[in-house]
Amino acid sequence: MSGQNELTPPEAVYLGIKNAGIDFIVSVPCINLRELIPMIGADPDIIHVPVTREEEGVGVCAGAFMGGKRPAMLMQNSGLGNSINSLASLNRLYGIPLLMIMSHRGVEGEPICAQIPMGQLTVPLLDTLCIPYFLPDSKQEATEMIFKAVETAFDKKKPVALLLPISFWRQS
Amino acid sequence: MKRMDAISEIVKKATNINALLVSNIGVPCKELHQACDTPNNFYMLGSMGLASSIGLGLALALSDRKVIAIDGDGSVLMNMGSLATIAWQAPDNYLLVVVDNGAYGSTGNQPTATSQQADLAQVAKGAGNIKVYEAGTKERLRQILQETDDGIIVVRVLPGNADVPNIQMSPEDILERFMAEASRPSGSV
Repeated sequence: MSGQNELTPPEAVYLGIKNAGIDFIVSVPCINLRELIPMIGADPDIIHVPVTREEEGVGVCAGAFMGGKRPAMLMQNSGLGNSINSLASLNRLYGIPLLMIMSHRGVEGEPICAQIPMGQLTVPLLDTLCIPYFLPDSKQEATEMIFKAVETAFDKKKPVALLLPISFWRQS
Repeated sequence: MKRMDAISEIVKKATNINALLVSNIGVPCKELHQACDTPNNFYMLGSMGLASSIGLGLALALSDRKVIAIDGDGSVLMNMGSLATIAWQAPDNYLLVVVDNGAYGSTGNQPTATSQQADLAQVAKGAGNIKVYEAGTKERLRQILQETDDGIIVVRVLPGNADVPNIQMSPEDILERFMAEASRPSGSV
């Protein structure tokens, strides 16, 4: 593959997912995940499970981890709010790793006012939950940080998040 | 029949087919632990509602292992979308048993919606699950468990908890022991 600058944002995330050995993904859609989710669905080496709600996805990923998989969840940051009890009373309690790849809405460039409250609360909630998060500045950094994030999740036996704001998806 | 009686039947089935067994939060975990504590058991101590989801993830990850999840009516009502996801994925190595006592049995037997109009077998069918079974007696439950290793069973029981002690294992130890068992090749003893 040629230079990373030629990749689209979803291609850069997909490359990071592949490099990190992610082989099990649950997803809840966001408009910014519209290209990435079909790429995951078409990959024969990744089990893709579309779920109805993020907390459900946390459970499915925990089961997949117990079965030896390296799981990740594709989600919108609003779904963090739907997942908090399980991230604490399942992942934190037992020491179960999980990578959450979040489309971070409600930040600069957001057209929908209802996204703003959770957009502002996402980082404080992650801090409160002691969940490490990664904030890539470029496509190349996103690819690299996914690898680091998965390493962190498995080393520390806890959930980690990669936050991809509106500006990330608008890069050419 | 109470929950403990249903769990005893499920344990016999799990032992027969060497299934991994995921148990729902609260008293069901303690009853399973009392009935038969083995490394095949994952005791879900928190995350109410997610037993069926954990079981689904396990079954999809380990396609050559049989997986059984024991869930409850209150918990399935809290994560009803799971029934639709299970129908979509439909792994043939996964059996979900919903022990329906019409009550939140671990918190004082407050009535759930299944004590009124709600019918979780109909919900499971409406969500797209093909193999949905219903049992109201121990004999019928035993018969269904002999017939199938997959699908969803809704077994109606009376409310009431067995007098069983707390689980003394730490969450880390429960997980480590369970994962060691789950990583063994299928059928090896």
